[in-house]
Amino acid sequence: MPLVELTDKGLYCPAGDFHIDPWRPVPRAVITHAHADHARPGSGLYFAETSGVPILRQRLGADLACHGLAYGESLELGRARVSLHPAGHILGSAQVRIEVDGEVWVITGDFKRDRDPTCTAFESVTCDTLITEATFALPIYRWPEIDTVAADIHRWWQANAQQGRASVLFCYALGKAQRVLAALMAHTEQRVLLHGAAVPLTQIYRDAGVAMLPTEPALEAEVEKKFAGELIIAPPGANGTAWMKRFGDCGTGFCSGWMLLRGNRRRRGYDRGFVLSDHADWPALLQTIEQSHAQHVLATHGRSDILVRYLREHGMRADELRTEFGDEDLAAES
Amino acid sequence: MQAFTDLYVSLDSTTATNSKVAALRRYLAEAPAADAAWAIYIVSGRRAKRLAGRPLLKDALQTLTGYPEWMVLDAYATVGDFAETASLLTEEVRAANACDDQHSLAHWMEQEILPLADLDDEDKKQKLMDWWQRLPQLSAFLATKLITGGLRVGVSQTLVARAVAELADLPRDVITHRLMGDWQPNAAWFKSLLDPDITAETSSRPYPFYLASPLEKAPAELGTRGDWLAEWKWDGIRAQLVKRGGEISLWSRGEELITERFPEVVQAAAALDDCVLDGELLAWKDRVLPFAELQRRIGRKTVGKKLLSEVPVRLLVYDCLESDGEDLRPCGMRERRASAEALAAQADDRIATSPLLDHDSWEALAAARDGSRARGVEGLMLKAADSPYLTGRKKGAWWKWKVEPLTVDAVMIYAQAGSGRRATLFTDYTFAVWQEQEGERQLVPIAKAYSGLTDTEINSLNRWIRANTLERFGPVRSVSAEQVFELAFEGINASTRHKSGVALRFPRIARWRTDMRPEDANTLGQVKDLLSLYGNA
Ligand SMILES: [Zn+2]
Ligand SMILES: [Zn+2]
Repeated sequence: MPLVELTDKGLYCPAGDFHIDPWRPVPRAVITHAHADHARPGSGLYFAETSGVPILRQRLGADLACHGLAYGESLELGRARVSLHPAGHILGSAQVRIEVDGEVWVITGDFKRDRDPTCTAFESVTCDTLITEATFALPIYRWPEIDTVAADIHRWWQANAQQGRASVLFCYALGKAQRVLAALMAHTEQRVLLHGAAVPLTQIYRDAGVAMLPTEPALEAEVEKKFAGELIIAPPGANGTAWMKRFGDCGTGFCSGWMLLRGNRRRRGYDRGFVLSDHADWPALLQTIEQSHAQHVLATHGRSDILVRYLREHGMRADELRTEFGDEDLAAES
Repeated sequence: MQAFTDLYVSLDSTTATNSKVAALRRYLAEAPAADAAWAIYIVSGRRAKRLAGRPLLKDALQTLTGYPEWMVLDAYATVGDFAETASLLTEEVRAANACDDQHSLAHWMEQEILPLADLDDEDKKQKLMDWWQRLPQLSAFLATKLITGGLRVGVSQTLVARAVAELADLPRDVITHRLMGDWQPNAAWFKSLLDPDITAETSSRPYPFYLASPLEKAPAELGTRGDWLAEWKWDGIRAQLVKRGGEISLWSRGEELITERFPEVVQAAAALDDCVLDGELLAWKDRVLPFAELQRRIGRKTVGKKLLSEVPVRLLVYDCLESDGEDLRPCGMRERRASAEALAAQADDRIATSPLLDHDSWEALAAARDGSRARGVEGLMLKAADSPYLTGRKKGAWWKWKVEPLTVDAVMIYAQAGSGRRATLFTDYTFAVWQEQEGERQLVPIAKAYSGLTDTEINSLNRWIRANTLERFGPVRSVSAEQVFELAFEGINASTRHKSGVALRFPRIARWRTDMRPEDANTLGQVKDLLSLYGNA
């Protein structure tokens, strides 16, 4: 019997009687990270990595019954031994390792291997079966260095400032926004303004000791001029809303892995697209699969079809797992 | 090439026309003259012939990366552009090599890209693989685009002319004129482009066009019928015929010089005295032909005999802006109209005046307007009889009183991802109506449409499509027949090429009828009724 199976409520471990990132309420849920497609409300008891607990409470309710686990610390649930390991995706994001009678399964959740000063770096975990995300499983996806991207963002901000314009940078409010704030420290000490949705989350990152540029909420100013030269970070959903009016004529940018493709850059109608993803690119996916030493790979999210076919052609056992997980950048836009 | 790549990035990363013009002007000011000439050549959409086809590119790409064909094709389906796919897939082999490109754009065009024409396929392939490893990703993309002949930069001829005009400090139509016709992109040509002596060009200048506004009220509110001239609203190409000192030129509304594309009109104009006439170019055989026919003439710089006889074009004149060197624009419409008629009478019927409608009441005009579709016109034009010729979109003197579009309620059956900038979204849809045969109801495709939905609707429709896909055929998905859309279209024709037997003209999505069930959609019988009412065979 498989250690983890797909049910209508999500991934389920029968030996431990718990779900992983369930999409409907269940008695016990192990959460890989707090993005909305992985952490949903209504379950009885949540388990998450300690630094992710405040984010979960911020998103799902202050009184959430949530048990914190440090990376590497293990917990017995039924016959299963469960531990969480760094996924490098956002603060508190974890891979879930499940061991039952010597057999090991790892669920990566969302992960990346690129540098990110806001969270613990990804660690490879060996296993028999690996359930991996495949959001960007095509060899066209190779992320540029975050330093290059941060330098681009900074240059764009300065160019707008020189024209007396504000720069509104759209990034997902949890994870991406804070990663940008941290990466920009290499270029400036200037204060950045935040959309209300990013304020409490950024505070949680600060409380966890993550170093970032100083921030302030972007409150409506009396004089429009006040925003000239400012960088404002906002979730993509704020684009085109009345909230944007206060900035007058401003430059708009969007941070996402999807911005690698010219078609996406143009279609979305932002002035600039910055290639910045919190998901694994193609080389990172292959490296992770190799280092896991897994004999069986199950792929979820995005282009799992491609990954599975590619692995099979390379002699590996691989299958698709149809979950309801999505990509936060796309979810935020629709 | 790096400077050109940077130019491309700045043109591509903004939608603001002012920024585009500024970027282009900056490049043209700084680049060596030969590079500037090539940049204009490329940016204004001129293209060398295709130097390598898709199979060769694919072969080179697979050899270089080792990826299987299905993966290359899947990557292409995702990216939507083959050159871009190649530039991204080769990033892996590129990373290991130095990315350094010192050569000028002119060197690239003249020494690397164009000489490909003389190479055999194997050598072409080697060249491509070499470039992909040597050039940075964006330059590799551009070089590949240049050899496949499909680079579109999103800069109109008008913007190019604006940038050059600003740089040379010359009137824009002078530059437009100089950008027309055949020229070789080289340093000498670029210098002549900026030449301050403009006597040759000023003589052919058109006047700024006056544009009609849509009539959004009852015509009776315009006042007395007698104060207005009424004509059919033709669906052709708005044009000014300029004849001065015997020299003839034909200008489109976009200030594009189109003289060479309509030789029959130029021939007929030989009989005219000097004048400037405003009118509509129309494909015509006893009656006006559908716009699609005229379109066959638009894309061509030069027209062959066959096309000339299949799609003859005439100019229907409705205004005269200049006669014998005198600017008539301050005169009233009625007076200018008389001059237009007198001039048109000098030519054969390839230049004629657009007839006036003499129905003497608004009601009678409205009744005539109802017959528009059968005549192949879009409705009526109403022009104030005493008004001078205005410029631009100034409201009040000319109104277009168009007929409403036809509509049909149809069911979506296929969805296809867009190409290029819409490659990750399903934006092209196929719609069907019911056909009843021997008591069975079956859906037959009736039209494809891609425009008309809001971004929010496209997003939610995309979610629905993903969740309701029945089958996939490459980029196309069949979806369950549940969603009904109201399609608007401009005309309907019988067609043997379509299974339904009809072809809709300019179909577009008018509304997502979430209130309708699929069984309530129209039947093919109902659509064919429209054909007998409005079709022009
Ligand atoms: Zn996530
Ligand atoms: Zn996810």
